[in-house]
Amino acid sequence: MNNQTLYDKLWNSHVVRSEADGTALLYIDRHLVHEVTSPQAFEGLRIAGRKPWRTNSMLAVPDHNVPTVSRVERIHDPVSRVQVETLDMNCKEFGVTEFKMNDLRQGIVHVIGPEQGATLPGMTIVCGDSHTSTHGAFAALAFGIGTSEVEHVMATQCLLIKKTKVMQILVEGKLGNGVTAKDVVLAIIGKIGTAGGTGYSVEFAGSTIRGLSMEGRMTICNMAIEAGARAGMIAADETTINYFKGRPFAPQGELWDKAAAYWQTLHSDAGAKFDKVVTLDAAAIKPQVTWGTSPEMVVAVDGRVPDPKQESDVVKRSSMEHSLAYMGLQANTPITEIKIDKVFIGSCTNSRIEDLRAAAAVVRGKHIADNIMLAMVVPGSGLVKQQAELEGLDKVFIAAGFEWREPGCSMCLAMNDDRLSPGERCASTSNRNFEGRQGQGGRTHLVSPAMAAAAAIAGHFVDVSK
Amino acid sequence: MQKFSLLDGLVVPLDRANVDTDAIIPKQFLKSIKRSGFGPNAFDEWRYLDHGEPGMDNSKRKLNPDFVLNQPRYKGAQILLTRENFGCGSSREHAPWALEDYGFRVIIAPSYADIFFNNCFKNGLLPIRLDAAIVDALFKAEAKTSGFKLHVDLEQQKITTPDGTVYPFEVEAFRKHCLLNGLDDIGLTMQHVDDIRAYEHRRKVEAPWLFS
Ligand code: SF4
Repeated sequence: MNNQTLYDKLWNSHVVRSEADGTALLYIDRHLVHEVTSPQAFEGLRIAGRKPWRTNSMLAVPDHNVPTVSRVERIHDPVSRVQVETLDMNCKEFGVTEFKMNDLRQGIVHVIGPEQGATLPGMTIVCGDSHTSTHGAFAALAFGIGTSEVEHVMATQCLLIKKTKVMQILVEGKLGNGVTAKDVVLAIIGKIGTAGGTGYSVEFAGSTIRGLSMEGRMTICNMAIEAGARAGMIAADETTINYFKGRPFAPQGELWDKAAAYWQTLHSDAGAKFDKVVTLDAAAIKPQVTWGTSPEMVVAVDGRVPDPKQESDVVKRSSMEHSLAYMGLQANTPITEIKIDKVFIGSCTNSRIEDLRAAAAVVRGKHIADNIMLAMVVPGSGLVKQQAELEGLDKVFIAAGFEWREPGCSMCLAMNDDRLSPGERCASTSNRNFEGRQGQGGRTHLVSPAMAAAAAIAGHFVDVSK
Repeated sequence: MQKFSLLDGLVVPLDRANVDTDAIIPKQFLKSIKRSGFGPNAFDEWRYLDHGEPGMDNSKRKLNPDFVLNQPRYKGAQILLTRENFGCGSSREHAPWALEDYGFRVIIAPSYADIFFNNCFKNGLLPIRLDAAIVDALFKAEAKTSGFKLHVDLEQQKITTPDGTVYPFEVEAFRKHCLLNGLDDIGLTMQHVDDIRAYEHRRKVEAPWLFS
């Protein structure tokens, strides 16, 4: 068996039993929990008189609803407050480790998992959240599940699931100046489409991917779901293994050596067959900006808003027209002429220390443009925030006119108070530009942290590679 | 879980591709800690003219007359006909909860996002994949017939149109079995606790760091 893909290896090592039709009972090593998709699952356990199978596989954190302005007061929105308090109560009742809202370790679930070493190579990792694909950056099989499945994993430590097909996405070569992991993944989605990965798990490979830091690799896997793939993954290498040294939940001493030796094997074998292979040339990728209401509606920053008249497919043309109307954009407008109102640097895609450093480097010594009504930086976790403050990045942002906030999902999905008003246009480092995602009627353009920072300074999109 | 076997249902056409879960149920309704009551807020931003928030009396809100679900001829529809990549975006099971609570039992589309597709089966909702050309034909047939109904037979895995055309569809044997019998997955898995224990026992030797 020396022609297995990474996906095969991860899958095979977790099969408890298989049904005749290929449905497997797959063992889950790590279950991450947040306040939005868990209350009904805990309630289900309670009603059935069940207990979680293995509480030490679980780690919970409130992130979607938490305010980013202050952690001293209680959440003032009563509905959000009940949801966060319900998580606290459930974790207490069932004995689940939780980083509460005021804990320094609190943050976006997909940021804190790796940061704590709760995410490890070779694991199966689930969470009631589609961006669980993020953790695949560490050669783990990680994917989002619905609330019924959350309850199923709580009760049985397993999931009933069928194997997917496997796609390899190869990115080769050196990235140009100012081009980041975010631009790579947006370019990938632009190429294969938001349904391009449906039915597949995707392994990202090639010299460009190997050259990325763990932060960059997480950004790539984070958005695998936006290409329709439930899971994204990247082989383990020295970068992966070194990342976990000294992390609180990571193995130590003898166990570390044993684990690290195993992690070395977590890559696709040389003769492994993929169901599909897609190749991209890194040198051809420019900074990306989405123009529509689906992440596949993306162009290079030196391009123009596309013209639906040029589209021959009727369904596509009508969705382009619909998107342009929603976005308030004219066909053929140069991207760099699009003015913005707000800037959001944050989310599980781009809120780690490297992202904040990249944005700070762009704004250092400058100030946001007059037309920018709000520019905010929301670190991915309390520890990221602390690190950034140690490096003085908070001061750089504040001096440039940005707001420096407490960690959470914030305006990525606008479940707390951070949101766009109807018609407002935002340069955002998050992952979804769906209608209403950042607030009803809000218009989202997805970009990298450096691009968002540069847009804040200029008041419109600019090409950071220039 | 609700059983599903046969349905004679009115079809409502939602002629859009990539309908995402944020559109199916906007995030402000995800703050609920309950599993029911999402139906009145299904497609909230398209369905009402004002901005919806939890706790509002939806019966007093102004409906958007242009939105297809609000047209009188589609009142009581149980089959949602739509385009590719339906249910993309977040993992929120609130999306199938909202559709089910609204009254839908079947969705027909050329393709679905994976997580949404899974979530449907856990909630007595049957998502059917048909070729894009067949879906297109159904859109056309629906537009021509008021009160267009389809007969869906899960046991036989086929859909019958009013003019007698039959379209077979695929469904995984295991999911079909669960849906036909209204089986709860957890109960089924619990029959295999010995296998799970045996796996853990073996794995603890191979990879002990996973259990600390
Ligand atoms: S940051 Fe955004 S995408 Fe990530 S978990 Fe939070 S809401 Fe979801």
